[in-house]
Amino acid sequence: MRKTTFSLLFYLLAFTAFAQTDLMKELEQADDSTVQYASATFKGTRIINGHSIETVGKNNMDFIISHRFGAINSGAGNFFGLDESQIRLALEYGLTDRLMVGLGRSSYQKTIDLFIKYRLLRQSGGLRNMPVSVTLFASDAHNASTSTPDLPFYTITQRQTYTFQALIARKFNENLSLQLTPTVMHRNLAEKPLDANNVYALGIGGRYKLTKRTSFNAEYWYTPRTICGTTQRDPQYTNTLSVGFDIETGGHVFQLHLTNSRGMIEKQFLGQTTGKWGNGDIFYGFNVARTFSFDKNKKRSNGNGY
Amino acid sequence: MATDTKLFRLTLLLMASQLLAICANGQIYMTKAGQTSFFSETPLENISAVNRQVAVLLNSANGEIAVRMQHRAFHFPNKLMQEHYNENYMETEKYPAASFTGKLTEHIDYNKDGIYTVTAEGILDLHGVKQKRTLKGELIIDHGQCTLNCEFEVKLSDHNIQVPSLVITKIAESISVKNKFVLTLKKSA
Repeated sequence: MRKTTFSLLFYLLAFTAFAQTDLMKELEQADDSTVQYASATFKGTRIINGHSIETVGKNNMDFIISHRFGAINSGAGNFFGLDESQIRLALEYGLTDRLMVGLGRSSYQKTIDLFIKYRLLRQSGGLRNMPVSVTLFASDAHNASTSTPDLPFYTITQRQTYTFQALIARKFNENLSLQLTPTVMHRNLAEKPLDANNVYALGIGGRYKLTKRTSFNAEYWYTPRTICGTTQRDPQYTNTLSVGFDIETGGHVFQLHLTNSRGMIEKQFLGQTTGKWGNGDIFYGFNVARTFSFDKNKKRSNGNGY
Repeated sequence: MATDTKLFRLTLLLMASQLLAICANGQIYMTKAGQTSFFSETPLENISAVNRQVAVLLNSANGEIAVRMQHRAFHFPNKLMQEHYNENYMETEKYPAASFTGKLTEHIDYNKDGIYTVTAEGILDLHGVKQKRTLKGELIIDHGQCTLNCEFEVKLSDHNIQVPSLVITKIAESISVKNKFVLTLKKSA
């Protein structure tokens, strides 16, 4: 009799325990019915010089200060390049979580650039499987330097250069993300005799996270000298190779790097890179991005709690 | 003989209660759109986020409750904070969800409208660290709908959530968490 009682009691306890885990199991099963997007493929909206697939969040604004010091091989007299620098200041705003616009001014070639960037596809798992993220990018760079006999500008139209890119990236795991960037650029005025108006280029970039807050980045922009038998790039210009680190601290992302390009926008680093890594013609530089939030619902979770 | 009768009665009682438990097992209240928000307050910076996709199941027969939320579903006004929350603090890739499994200690008559003070004893699983917690809350029953409100504090150190010294003054040591779950009776499958 006693045995029966105990076994029954045990059974009851087991049943209760089973019911408990059952509730949680039911909730866990629901996970597969949601779409899980890959986030933070890159830490910033730039890999180094070029854009990454990331955009600024809705109602958030990035203030980006970028510097490229002088060439490291310019000697001790020039403090190895630190005596001089090129700067780009930019304000970049997220209209939605997928659409952003930006406005920048580079001291190099006194160029004003305007761009728009849209996240077309987002890498995801779970309910919907999408292997890559795709972001579309279009920009206009306006060369505002004074017209000279060497480089005469007769109309405003001649000063414009348009760039179109499809940024295709995949976050392979927590640490490794890679990006391919096919690019078409149109310059209304080819500034050198051998330069073509249309330039086709391919960017390859990636990051590897070293710790939670730092990553190693590398980027190569390949602009073929000739394409289908037509010369598109003056031989004095080179392809752009950059390596660097991302360091993030609270509201800032610091990017420190070495690159052979003085320019920080597509118009400059795709067709007009002058430095050669082999000669020590490299520039130390950094990008600092500070994010501000203009979300009006900021106090939402403060007021009534929800 | 007397003890045997007693045991027999006890057995019967147990069987009956089990039968009841099985029958009542269908009485599950649920939501997939519960709200959980948290708030960190320091003189330098206030941080808040809200998750509106919290899944909750409550078994009215035995008071068992299960709550589960995805960290990625927390929305921050500042998107950079949202990224840091997932990447640096919660390590969402490793620990995608937070959960609570427990039992309401009070016996509630779910057919009677009213406001009840309730206590839940159970396990809070956050950032891979399980903590035994007793949480106090309020259960409001109104025409078959029950609303569960609960506020509690989470100490970051209890769950091994590390804050780098550089931002230590911007993140509170203890985060206040508010929950509001509007549960409705689950249609028996």
